[in-house]
Amino acid sequence: MIDAALIPNGVKRCSFGKFLLGLAVVGAVLLWGVYAMLLCWFKGLNQTNMNDYYGFALWIWADLAVIALGGGAFFSGFLKYLTGKDELKNIINYAVLIGFICYSSALLILAIDVGQPLRSWFIFWHANVHSMLTEVAFCLSCYFGVLTIEFIPLILENRQLNKISFFHHLAHNMHEIMAVFAATGAFLSFFHQGSLGGVSGVLFGRPFAYREGLFIWPWTFFLFTWSAAAYGPCFTLLITKITELISGKKLVKDNVIELLAKISGWMMATYIVAKIIDTIYWATVTAPSKGFLVSDFYSNNAFYGMWILIAEILFGGVVPALILITPAGRKNPKARTLAIVLAVIGVCINRWVMVLQTMAAPVMSFDRWALYYPSWQEVATTVLPVAYGAILIMICYRYLPIFPQEPELNPID
Amino acid sequence: MFPFNFEWIWDMSHMVFMGGLWYALTILGIGMTWCIVKAIIDMKKGDAGGGHHGHH
Repeated sequence: MIDAALIPNGVKRCSFGKFLLGLAVVGAVLLWGVYAMLLCWFKGLNQTNMNDYYGFALWIWADLAVIALGGGAFFSGFLKYLTGKDELKNIINYAVLIGFICYSSALLILAIDVGQPLRSWFIFWHANVHSMLTEVAFCLSCYFGVLTIEFIPLILENRQLNKISFFHHLAHNMHEIMAVFAATGAFLSFFHQGSLGGVSGVLFGRPFAYREGLFIWPWTFFLFTWSAAAYGPCFTLLITKITELISGKKLVKDNVIELLAKISGWMMATYIVAKIIDTIYWATVTAPSKGFLVSDFYSNNAFYGMWILIAEILFGGVVPALILITPAGRKNPKARTLAIVLAVIGVCINRWVMVLQTMAAPVMSFDRWALYYPSWQEVATTVLPVAYGAILIMICYRYLPIFPQEPELNPID
Repeated sequence: MFPFNFEWIWDMSHMVFMGGLWYALTILGIGMTWCIVKAIIDMKKGDAGGGHHGHH
């Protein structure tokens, strides 16, 4: 193979031609997204279906969803470096890569959403210190810096780069103090995950999202952080499973997968209990105090019914949590995969309702439900990060030692 | 962002927000500086570093 010298020792990869073909297929999707992105930048946000009802739309949902799903990086780092779960060293590289993709995607989407990305620095220079979104911007940018720092040693461990003395020592030194970076990442993640939830919870003019809370923080602040820590590892496990299916190889041992699934399951179980309590209190106390019945939020429209609440809490929370906290459930590959898929869908539904159903539900007595359909440009720019993520994973899987157990699990004759 | 910006006020909000930002940036900055400087020193010493160093 033309690139044989770059491929890690002890592993086998497909031919270079097949690799390029794969890149070309995903690259075509990427180009479609880039075209839509350029339309948004050059022609403006009139390319979207956002309007006076929907200042937040598909992009913000995608942002919140990828940030929650990317939470696997900070929580896995927290577990490995700060609580000593050493088995996770076999999946932490991939968790960092997935986190890096998720957070860079979130920043990319925001760069499109702001409409005028050349002025993105205003949020730092002229910071509005009374806005939760300012805190989100600060923590998101800093945490992306942390993920970049965690990703660099992995790049430097490429067979050829690692031969360069400076890179070899730099990667070693970064590993030595990685716990410091991981702790900083956990601190930053706690606040930006929370503040994203806080943005919905403080909307006292939107009774669907409004929540009471503790001091300045609505309960959604804590629920968002908790859910990111619970559901993020599931996304890491899901992408690992997809990678194993595509490569046709076992890449991580079952004991590692089961440990992460177990921790995720217990986090999810405690989260979903808190979420159910929050929902009951909101339905029986908070919403009525604002003049609404809970049924008002789930009727008289073509899309949002009680099904979405049941899908989020029961099928996206209770069921996967029960499967993952049960030894028989998480040891059964099919049941575990089902739980992981349901969990990922569940957290995406949660972010969807907190952004889009919040905007759709009528507030005034003369209001009607305002449903929204994204334009193709919005869809294409939301698919763009998926294609970008797939390409980055393909390149990293081919050239970097992401899975330390791969050579042992797949010996070359 | 800086005390010399015209809109800066020495109040609790600015100190908490900007304090948090600069605290995080300082940790990352000092951490990376230490890694880079030590890598240069190690390289100049010609220290092989003991072989492969990974996450594992």
